[in-house]
Amino acid sequence: MPDLPARSGAPVSLALLLGWLLPGAGHLLTRHWGRAALLFLAVSSMWWLGIAMNGHLYLPDGGDALSLLGFVGDLGSGLFYLTGYAGGLGRNVVQVTTADYGTKFLVVASLLNVIAAVDAHNLRIGRKLSGVAR
Amino acid sequence: MSFAPSHFTAVLLFATSASIVFGITQRATTRAMLRYGVACWVAFVGVVIVVSWLMFLIKH
Repeated sequence: MPDLPARSGAPVSLALLLGWLLPGAGHLLTRHWGRAALLFLAVSSMWWLGIAMNGHLYLPDGGDALSLLGFVGDLGSGLFYLTGYAGGLGRNVVQVTTADYGTKFLVVASLLNVIAAVDAHNLRIGRKLSGVAR
Repeated sequence: MSFAPSHFTAVLLFATSASIVFGITQRATTRAMLRYGVACWVAFVGVVIVVSWLMFLIKH
């Protein structure tokens, strides 16, 4: 059964917001523990692998359209991006292939996090059935 | 901390993470999630291998 907002009392978009902030957190709200854990594992590992590969984290002050697009993409990782931004991570100049891969890993991880957050929202509002026998 | 995987290792890591997310978000039941996730993974890696060989044949 979907976790309807009238029953839980929490705002409808809370799963979407939590899922954006932390990978899998939206699925915790909908009580899908396994999905939450796997999504956290998949998205966070991809994001941190991107950092480990010396990928570039786009900043909001990028001059050209592609950098701005990269920033918007990177923003999808929520707290990870904020942590990276505050910690000075991903400020490298991309000079080697693996660093370029790292940059792509960061952006794609962020976009996958958005997909996961939307999935949590769909579960919460009942647009997607859980598929788990209760 | 620095991690410099080979190109193919990067493909495997990318495919694994993306397939997990796609499997979970695009299907509703556990069995369907698993099947779709595996299919995505095979597609990711398979396409990379095929395109890589095509590029090799084009160059040579």
